[in-house]
Amino acid sequence: MEKMSRVTTALGSSSITGRTMFCHLDAPANAISVCRDAAQVVVAGRNIFKIYALEEEQFVEKLNLRVGRKPSLNFSCADVMWHQMEENLLATAATNGAVVTWNLGKPSRNKQDQLFTEHKRTVNKVCFHPTEAYMLLSGSQDGFMKCFDLRKKESVSTFSGQSESVRDVQFSMKDYFTFAASFENGNVQLWDIRRPDRYERMFTAHTGPVFCCDWHPDDRGWLATGGRDKMVKVWDMTTNRAKEIYCVQTIASVARVKWRPEKKFHLATCSMMVDHNIYVWDIRRPFIPFATFEEHKDVTTGIVWRHQHDPHYLLSGSKDSTLYQHMFKDATRPVDKANPEGLCFGLMGDLAFAVNESLVSSDGGRKPYPGGDRRYPFFSFKKPNPTEQFAHVSSALSVFETDLDSSRMDWFVKTAQLYLLSGKPFTELCDHNATVARELKRPQVSTTWTMLRIMFSDPALGPNHSLSKLGGLPLMNSFSMKEMGPESRLERCKGESRQDNIHLEPGNSHISNNNEENEETEGSDGPTEYMFGDAELDDDDLYPLEHDNQTVAEEPVYTLPPEAFQLRHEIIDNPSVPEHLQQDKADSPHVSGNEAEVACLTPIESFSLISISQPLYSPHLHANFFCPIVREMLSHYAERGDVQMAVSVLIVLGEKIRKEIDDLTQEHWYMSYIDLLQRFELWNVSNEVIKLSTCSAITCLNQTSTTLHINCSNCKRPMSNKGWICDRCRQCASACAVCHHVVKGLFVWCQGCSHGGHLEHIMNWLKNNSHCPAGCGHLCEYT
Amino acid sequence: MSEEGIEVPRALASGPSAFIPAKEILIEGLNQDVLIESFLSLGRVDHLTMVMALHPSYLSCFLRIQQALFELDGPLPRDWRHYVSVMAAARHHCSYMVQQHSKAFLEAGGEESWLGGIKHAPVKLRSLHTLNKLLAHRPWLITQQHIQELVCAGAEPRWSLAELIHAVILMAHTHSLCSFVWGCGLNPEPDHIGGYAFHPPSPSHIPRSPYSPAHEDGRQELVDGAVEVEVLMKRMVELQQQQEEEECTQEEMVTRFERERSESIPTAVVRGAPPELVLCLVEEPEFRYEDFAPRGEQSPPIMRAQDYSWEDHGFSLVQRLLPDMGQFLDEEFQVVSNLTYNRMAMHEDVDTYTLRKALWNYIHCLYGIRYDDYDYGSVNVLLERSLKVFVKTMACHPEQTTASTYHAFWRHFRHSEKVHANLIVMGARLQAALLYTLRSITAYIK
Repeated sequence: MEKMSRVTTALGSSSITGRTMFCHLDAPANAISVCRDAAQVVVAGRNIFKIYALEEEQFVEKLNLRVGRKPSLNFSCADVMWHQMEENLLATAATNGAVVTWNLGKPSRNKQDQLFTEHKRTVNKVCFHPTEAYMLLSGSQDGFMKCFDLRKKESVSTFSGQSESVRDVQFSMKDYFTFAASFENGNVQLWDIRRPDRYERMFTAHTGPVFCCDWHPDDRGWLATGGRDKMVKVWDMTTNRAKEIYCVQTIASVARVKWRPEKKFHLATCSMMVDHNIYVWDIRRPFIPFATFEEHKDVTTGIVWRHQHDPHYLLSGSKDSTLYQHMFKDATRPVDKANPEGLCFGLMGDLAFAVNESLVSSDGGRKPYPGGDRRYPFFSFKKPNPTEQFAHVSSALSVFETDLDSSRMDWFVKTAQLYLLSGKPFTELCDHNATVARELKRPQVSTTWTMLRIMFSDPALGPNHSLSKLGGLPLMNSFSMKEMGPESRLERCKGESRQDNIHLEPGNSHISNNNEENEETEGSDGPTEYMFGDAELDDDDLYPLEHDNQTVAEEPVYTLPPEAFQLRHEIIDNPSVPEHLQQDKADSPHVSGNEAEVACLTPIESFSLISISQPLYSPHLHANFFCPIVREMLSHYAERGDVQMAVSVLIVLGEKIRKEIDDLTQEHWYMSYIDLLQRFELWNVSNEVIKLSTCSAITCLNQTSTTLHINCSNCKRPMSNKGWICDRCRQCASACAVCHHVVKGLFVWCQGCSHGGHLEHIMNWLKNNSHCPAGCGHLCEYT
Repeated sequence: MSEEGIEVPRALASGPSAFIPAKEILIEGLNQDVLIESFLSLGRVDHLTMVMALHPSYLSCFLRIQQALFELDGPLPRDWRHYVSVMAAARHHCSYMVQQHSKAFLEAGGEESWLGGIKHAPVKLRSLHTLNKLLAHRPWLITQQHIQELVCAGAEPRWSLAELIHAVILMAHTHSLCSFVWGCGLNPEPDHIGGYAFHPPSPSHIPRSPYSPAHEDGRQELVDGAVEVEVLMKRMVELQQQQEEEECTQEEMVTRFERERSESIPTAVVRGAPPELVLCLVEEPEFRYEDFAPRGEQSPPIMRAQDYSWEDHGFSLVQRLLPDMGQFLDEEFQVVSNLTYNRMAMHEDVDTYTLRKALWNYIHCLYGIRYDDYDYGSVNVLLERSLKVFVKTMACHPEQTTASTYHAFWRHFRHSEKVHANLIVMGARLQAALLYTLRSITAYIK
């Protein structure tokens, strides 16, 4: 019998035609439902209750069921359902608690048939039995579900949800006697219609209300639930315990969920807050919707597939007072816009790359994966998708490791730890940092520090004149600035600068040697593409690739390429200067010691030095003069990826430069640097930076997340209350293992066995003992 | 010290509340873990906490939400949070809350001059004025435009939605707390202005200051008090049984709602001018509650609880903009609406659900929120007039609560039960104000 009807309806489905279309309703809709032959749809809401015919090109209003002088609250519908067997029978759930049935076959204008006012509060849902003509189920806010026999005047059985509000009730499509109910407290219950005394089974499906549930039309065990916690879950009910088999995370609370006909793994959802779109998900691919309908301007309140065997038509009603028919072929496919590739650098220069497999394999002549190579850990996951449609769901993930020995972010960590940012006079800080940079073989950074010192040190400290004469002299030898008089200092410096000159030469040649290679890597603007093309080669081919890869990642260590680049950059900015510079270089035999020194430095410094040293001769020189240059320099460092330098200089220069750089940029630098430091777990440095920063947005970072959660040392449970006593085991939580008193203040504990106590006691104890004072046998260590 | 000529202040108040005898609070509220905890975290147990301790399960929930609002991570800086609360409390002339938060504001490193007047505060904070005013007195007037003015791209100074929602919750929370403070007649803390004196007051002289609730002897003889309780009990039972029998028409239901809404409850016991301390923090002090729709006037459209509810809509929005806060508020509403000891006055084993529901819905009704599935006739049956006077005063003009209004209703009930009623008013008021604002925000982001 059931089969028969199925066959006929299925045949009928072939005749369904139409297009994406909509019509305006007079009022917001709360729910919609279609009749069995998919030719008509009923729309119900607080102020609307109408039937529309679905025609080829448009919706045509067939019938207005709101009749009478003063529409009663019984018309204010929260839900509506059209019987799937009786095409004249409808039921509505009213916000005032009434359940009403309507008989379209009535000759009078008023089609109201039966009225049940047994619920005390809003009825959220009505549901006809899929095969039984007279059986109607309702679920209400008052915590009761009632089953009505439409031949009788009142309900035949009442199911109690223990005063938890019922949000949805659904008859199982396959099991004649079973229905599911979802509740405001997150539970889902299964009931047998013959046993109103207690539920068959109950499980917690969501945190917060479960707004909706839907049985799979074909698979008898599957139940989909949607909740306020923004999840859609699919449960397998055939086992003893309901098992969650799929879970889709959406972006807003889920108001309705409906399985897509004829597609085993597809379901449609809509939300009641914030998000107006309708999504169709392939539950096997929960991270991206399969299709999206974006027509509505306000939240979608009702969705229904037009025909129970046709997956191509979806109807929806919305608070924006429109009724839509969506054609599946007109849906947006988010997956088409999704990036097929993902790329990420690890902290230590490792590189992970994920790509859609289809992209890889379409690249003829290349092996898809370097699977055999141990050095390149490789993961791939594949999802067979026999029903096609959804773009092939499989990606390959490759991880490229860098050479471990070089651990190339060392310089960053060392620099962060060794730099001094405060606590000493400005000049000393600069000198110190310059030394640090030099020891880490970063001459450019080192020179920058030195120059900053020259530019900004207070002229009052020494005779302005002599200092200006010195020009770039004290660049590399901060130790020469001792107790000498201006003149002797001058001499000394001259001598030393010669040495420096020689000293630096090898470095210079190194630059030129490297230049070619660097340019190559620099030039390929998208090194990633280049690499990934090659990534699919076999081992031998991968070798050069790895090399390339390294050069790219190592760039910051070389420090030289940036200089080469910087030079070009600056010249372009100030076209007048380079000539000058070149002249100077050409004339180097004639220039004084100062400039000789200048020339031996990397070109960029020489350039800036020249532009600086000239005004230095003028006695009116003001520190502000340099600000634009320094600002440019800082931005340059930041853009090159060395935000460490930018922030360090910013802090050390403090007031001298702060005004020059807009707050947002500063904040951005700080945030990036702090983020980097924290990734390297340099908590102390990051905290120092936060403390020294002057951006309010940054300093307040220190005031957040100051809560420390602790567990009781006796019962290992979280300590929820304040004070020294654990409210679970009624013991003092933080007793000292040595003196057995409560520790109020500095508490030190072993991370191995979690015993500890007063700092002093533990220190003393561990001087003479190696075992834990608590007697647990752990060998504690105090460092 | 006195010998050295320094005057030693003495605490004036003889207990946390001017309405409730201190003895009662001490007996019922003593020896509770929550109090110990609150003492440990705040270093004192203030009057508010002491009175609330009559309902420990609510108190612990309240302390959590206080902590979440003022201490935990959030978009607004700490001192701002307290200043927003000061602004909010000033609207209800509640010097207790103003002083509590002023102190906390200074402790959080706030600028002292701001407390001298709202004009010293940053423009961004002052731009909250309209919203504060409407939230306090007529939340149904809040529209999308009000939100837009603060949030939209061109607004200067601009509020982010997260900041705004934090401020809104702070304000609504403080407003409803003011209702509680006035409704329970809390005495000033010993360190508040008005809470101490340098000379002990002579017994004949009862201090009458605008800082503390009026000390009127509102205790009337308990005429027929016991009878009242019996009648109420009977009515509740009847209501629970009769539900199905009587079927009233649509019009009748609407009329009943309208009747409750527009019933004139005299609340205008005008109090003396508010203290200077508070007044300087209020702009437009003359803006007060007005009946949602006075008789005969075109009423603003009422809000249907089914169309915008806390559970379905409000929660999701708050949770989205201010993670966790939705959870805390949800918990608070649940605790308030489910709190019961199954007793009433001298009777045990009473299901007070209908009575609690009537109170809650009556307040929402005053704020223009209507439940389709509630028969407002039961409000009239269950809430006696003196109770309505008290509730309406508390919800709408809390600063006009007097001891006589407090003592006039439920004369045979325990004080703790009256405090329970206070809690319901507070929770319902908070939810009503939030619903209107959240609905406007939803409309704005649409």
